[in-house]
Amino acid sequence: MSPEAPAMLDRRAVLKASLLAGGGLALEALIPLPASALEAMGERSSAAALSAFVSIAPDGTVTIVAKNPEIGQGVKTSLPMMVAEELDCDWSQVRIAQADLDSKRYGEQSAGGSTSTPKNWLPMRQTGAAARAMLVQAAAHEWKVAAGEIATARGRLFHQASGRSLGYGEVASRAAALTPPDLGSVPLKRPDEFTIIGRPVVGIDSARIVRGEPIFGIDTRLPGMLYAIYQVAPAHGGRLVKADTDAAMRSPGVRYVLPIRGNGDADTGLADGVAIVATNWWLAEQARSKLQVEWNLSAAKGHSSTEYRAKANAAIDAGAGGDLRLDGDPSRKLAAAAKRIAARYDYPFIAHAPMEPQNCTARYRDGHLEVWAPTQTPQRGLEALQRALGLAPESVTLHLTRAGGGFGRRLMNDYVLQVAAIAMAVPGVPVQLLWSREDDIRRDYYRPGGWHHFEAGISAQGELIAFSDHFVTFGDGTTPARAAAFNASMPPAGLIQDLRYRQSMIPTVVTTGALRAPGSNALCFASQSFLDEVAQAAGTDLPRLMLGLLGTRREIPGRDNAAVFDTGRARDVIERVMQTSNWSGSTPQSGRAKGFAFYFSHRGYFAEVVDASVARGEVAVHKVWVAGDIGSQIVNPLGAENQVRGAVIDGLAQALTGQAIEFVDGVVQQSNFNDFPLARMPMAPEIDIAWVRSDRPPTGLGEPALPPVIPALTNAIYSATGQRVRSLPVRLSA
Amino acid sequence: MRYRLHINGATRQVEVPAEMPLLWVLRNELGLVGTKYGCGKGFCGSCTVHVNGAARRSCQLPVGSVGDAQIHTIEHIGSTATGAKLQAAWLKIDVMQCGYCQAGQIMSACALLGQAARPSDEQINSAMAGNICRCACYNRIRSAIRIAAGMEEESGHVA
Repeated sequence: MSPEAPAMLDRRAVLKASLLAGGGLALEALIPLPASALEAMGERSSAAALSAFVSIAPDGTVTIVAKNPEIGQGVKTSLPMMVAEELDCDWSQVRIAQADLDSKRYGEQSAGGSTSTPKNWLPMRQTGAAARAMLVQAAAHEWKVAAGEIATARGRLFHQASGRSLGYGEVASRAAALTPPDLGSVPLKRPDEFTIIGRPVVGIDSARIVRGEPIFGIDTRLPGMLYAIYQVAPAHGGRLVKADTDAAMRSPGVRYVLPIRGNGDADTGLADGVAIVATNWWLAEQARSKLQVEWNLSAAKGHSSTEYRAKANAAIDAGAGGDLRLDGDPSRKLAAAAKRIAARYDYPFIAHAPMEPQNCTARYRDGHLEVWAPTQTPQRGLEALQRALGLAPESVTLHLTRAGGGFGRRLMNDYVLQVAAIAMAVPGVPVQLLWSREDDIRRDYYRPGGWHHFEAGISAQGELIAFSDHFVTFGDGTTPARAAAFNASMPPAGLIQDLRYRQSMIPTVVTTGALRAPGSNALCFASQSFLDEVAQAAGTDLPRLMLGLLGTRREIPGRDNAAVFDTGRARDVIERVMQTSNWSGSTPQSGRAKGFAFYFSHRGYFAEVVDASVARGEVAVHKVWVAGDIGSQIVNPLGAENQVRGAVIDGLAQALTGQAIEFVDGVVQQSNFNDFPLARMPMAPEIDIAWVRSDRPPTGLGEPALPPVIPALTNAIYSATGQRVRSLPVRLSA
Repeated sequence: MRYRLHINGATRQVEVPAEMPLLWVLRNELGLVGTKYGCGKGFCGSCTVHVNGAARRSCQLPVGSVGDAQIHTIEHIGSTATGAKLQAAWLKIDVMQCGYCQAGQIMSACALLGQAARPSDEQINSAMAGNICRCACYNRIRSAIRIAAGMEEESGHVA
């Protein structure tokens, strides 16, 4: 039994065995997660349940259900690996079946927040172990020997004393008649016994992808299907007044032009719009210019980037807002400090821009809606359908498709509602809604911009003795907008005695949302850059300053449901990256230097060093070193390293390619990859990854490798040039 | 307008406006959905196909301009020697994360190897710079091209 088991287990776990049609064992587990387990991971939700499904056919084929959406993070492969490991089968025997949405059957089905691995690590393995135990028991009956005399390996059962052996498939039907064991008491393997977990496993869909097979939401094809665009107001928050559809209706291939009134909730609801439905998507798109629509854009007046900036600076100048956290007496300590420094930082709104533009396919007939949705949160999609369109959950069938990237964008289900509204207007006709890239850039749930005014006091001995941050974010004055909240546990909170975190809010009509490492991706840039300034002022460097602040190994409880912070794990990744990057042995040259940053997010500890050079205002990144601790075990190293490299390059692109979404009266000024650029191959540096293995259960990797790379880069730019980057994206004077 | 197109070794007939980009003929008229829409402006390379062996962005190629050219798409590329090597290399080191852009990446890589059997890093960077991978699998795309070209042994570790 693993030490982490008791906390994660619940007595109400249900394990059901049945005979497969055609023979064989089907085993399903439904495991409620106790609130304590979720709280330990910094989650509020208390009703979550997890499921695992595994079956073994008479021919030995093992089928494992992938219940969560696959958006490129690799869970469709890594979660079944956990089941297969404890089942002790050969990976080549395993088939994976993608589940539809069915909360009663599958419990939680979502992708986001790097939560799949920590939540499923134990239940998946226990289910595999329970199936194995039943197969062993069945073989014991068959051979009339004690179960303890039977060994398993690679999907076979062995009785060494008599030299007999059986394949799993040969006893699977017999096992189906047995009572399943207690989930909490099935023995689990020791890590040194793993044969699948920890080995590089190629993604389950990879072969189909390289052959160009239909696998993504956008590839859904139904007989008689038509293609749609959905034109929304040019400005965020705009409402439909009236639409003249005649000219668009006469456009080639157009079958329907449908003005659609939303439910008045442009955030999580259905936005007003006009759908054009045609025989070919390009024909629908061509007809768009023929639409004559009158919009009411008054709500967005004044919602411009320049006005937001002016309001933020005014709030900082006025010392407005309220305290989020006040430890000790930072004002007094600041006044008494031998040295004081202050600086303002800011970063812009940015878009997700997953490569597969938003799309969804639906058919409505006989009062029932069938949806094929590349979404990260199908359950929320179902709730939204009921709220916005009055569709009862039992009137909806939702199929999960592979999604061409998520990064948090597909946590939102706006496209699901739009296609449902269109499909309901043309009963019996299957419709595929596809957004143009321009639609996608202009109607995102953006990572919100933010402003920080930092102050720090340093003692005569070079110690950080006072710290404050006045954060200006977006919100209604009481609650920050989605993904616009501060993290009151952010270092150096908890590491020094006298600290203040203060917050003011600016209202916005722009929709905001979680982008890969939400909160952290921006907060880390600002705070680790300013701490680098503190380190310079204190006569040291950032890794040494951080080690000094972290002090002895201990656990610091998180505030406001934030996860527990282990200073020892933080120390270990910092020390490791200092070694791998030869931090102490490098001296900055003119124009080329290394920079460092550390961050703790989504339960992962990451320290990163960037080697960058600057010539004529252009930045080149030569190499990045990453040290990360996500627990005792890397489930699939092939997927894990890809997540880290992707996160690092993603972060570099946020800083270096000029990514910024800007508004004029609520109208987004960017439109496509020419003015919202993404990383391209020439900018991808060599990336060295070192895993620091702690004795904690494994946690997720979709997000935590991203935040530190941005300040590590900007700190390198400072060392190389003396130019301090206090605003993203990076713009240097030549 | 009625067009006879030579696609993946077969002749296909479609009736569409001359200005319709080849991408939408492939995806919406012929059911060849392996070629992907990413930006519609030729910025991202997701829609890359081969026209007489050269990599072209099919979102920028009006069907009326295709004429008698031989079109090849990702669905066909595995039946060419270079395409099969690239697909095998892609799987050997599991290049992809979400996988959406990979058809376009493989088509660009295949055209590159047709021009330079042993491309330099600069040639790889330059030939592939038009293909965006939002998941940023660039290190592995580079390695997979080198593996397919016989320039790099798969070592289990990709830098």
